[in-house]
Amino acid sequence: MYDLIVIGGGPAGLAAAWAAYESGLRRILILERDRELGGILNQCIHNGFGLHYFHEELTGPEYAQRFVEMLRKTSVEVLLDTMVLEVTPRRQVHLLNKTGGYQVLEARSIVLAMGCRERTRGAVGIPGTRPAGVFTAGTAQRYINMEGLMVGKKVVILGSGDIGLIMARRIILEGGAVLACIELMPYSGGLSRNIAQCLEDYAVPLYLSHTIVEIRGQRRVEQVVVAKVDENRNPIPGTEFVLDCDTVLLSVGLIPENELTRQAGIQMDRRTGGAEVYENMETSLPGVFACGNAVHVHDLVDFVTAESDRAGRAAAHFVLDGANSPAADAYALAAGDGVTYTVPQRIRRDTDERAVDVFFRVNRVCGQSRVRVLSGGETIAQYKREYLAPGEMERIALPKKILDTVGEPTLTVCIEEVEAQ
Amino acid sequence: MTTTTNSTRLICTVCPKGCRLRVTEHGGELRVSGHGCPRGETYGKIEVANPTRVLTSTVCLFGGLHPRCPVKTQQPIPKYLTRVAARALDGICLSAPVEQGQIVLENICDTGVAVVATRTMNPVWEPETREARIDDAAKSAGAV
Repeated sequence: MYDLIVIGGGPAGLAAAWAAYESGLRRILILERDRELGGILNQCIHNGFGLHYFHEELTGPEYAQRFVEMLRKTSVEVLLDTMVLEVTPRRQVHLLNKTGGYQVLEARSIVLAMGCRERTRGAVGIPGTRPAGVFTAGTAQRYINMEGLMVGKKVVILGSGDIGLIMARRIILEGGAVLACIELMPYSGGLSRNIAQCLEDYAVPLYLSHTIVEIRGQRRVEQVVVAKVDENRNPIPGTEFVLDCDTVLLSVGLIPENELTRQAGIQMDRRTGGAEVYENMETSLPGVFACGNAVHVHDLVDFVTAESDRAGRAAAHFVLDGANSPAADAYALAAGDGVTYTVPQRIRRDTDERAVDVFFRVNRVCGQSRVRVLSGGETIAQYKREYLAPGEMERIALPKKILDTVGEPTLTVCIEEVEAQ
Repeated sequence: MTTTTNSTRLICTVCPKGCRLRVTEHGGELRVSGHGCPRGETYGKIEVANPTRVLTSTVCLFGGLHPRCPVKTQQPIPKYLTRVAARALDGICLSAPVEQGQIVLENICDTGVAVVATRTMNPVWEPETREARIDDAAKSAGAV
């Protein structure tokens, strides 16, 4: 019987395993489906990682290697090339790999760190023919950065989220041309840093409020038809123009990977696509914790590490000190005006934390604003922000002392814009 | 980055905050506003006067788990040299093992800056004649 089984050996799983070990657990096993640890960081060869956590600017592989090296000095076990097929409510893990075949392992606690997957062409329904040359941006990133294959020569990118922006730069640096980045919304979904260093530095045209309405080509992509969209994001007839290209990269959203979570009967949050969690990252199933992109899609790996550190420590606490108080003794966090979602969705009243980190995303671009936390209509805490955007996850720390003064069962996080952007 | 007569607006990239900076020229001196910390002020001045970037890319790798090894310039290099520097990496072919931090190219494009590997790549098999295989791999990668 393991103390802890961590499902996923990317940044979330690595940080959780490390934190659990540091907190005293010894029989820890990481299950990873790829041939190596590191997860998505292995293909993120650009820098900008670790600014918060290590106070250094690292590339993805360097960030991953830090944790891998820390773990090598511990008793944490790792099974690579291993697929988890099922997690049962009794904390049994069904897995499959070439060396051991089908195995069922038991654990006193589990951390779900499966990450996320990319939205595909089928999911967004782009009309047209189905030629070769349409890739999701992350797939293209893996092909170029790890497999050494160039995806195409004349590329159009749909979606201005971080992956699309990063790949625009990558393709240009490998000798390809990026004709345009097409973004459905009137603002970009990526970090300001990436707009500056990927689009502006390389003069890639960014078409906001536009979308691809058709992909043309016989065996290979030959053209895309782009049109402007209205306030309801519907294409405006007559605004179409054609771009000659041979490749389309889709950067149209990430979806937390939660087949295992749902199968185990764990309570999900439809707004995040991940499990509902308490402030210690525990799910509705006692002893099962979740962290990283499987809970909600992150922009910064530093936040993933902080969240996963909490999950790992909580798993250790669960195993060493026994179960937490039941659901009834928790506040529910509600997303108020301007807020799309919060993580966690619940905060236990008797939490040990001196301050609870609440992550959230706004549903529109805001200038100078106040983030307010309300209870029974009263503001119990507020925070100033210069600029808020849906593409940039925010964090506030709610002091326990303030939480203790609250009698109502629901807390609401909302945004009040002071000065429009 | 947008520039008008004597002021430039840009986004600071020193930390994820992304402060909106405004850099104006006053009698030969650059002044920065909108920064949230001193590092941002420095960044604003350098970015307008002499912008630099760390270049990250991959080079050909032989004998490792993957055919590419990620690399980066150890220090930022002048921004205008980025594309030229990327081409300078085309001719490199490494052979596993490669250690993270190992220098793969000294003094890229005469900047004095070295290019280093950003991950350790262990050998997955031991070739019989390494030299011959490296030449083959370099040729098929298009390098000379």
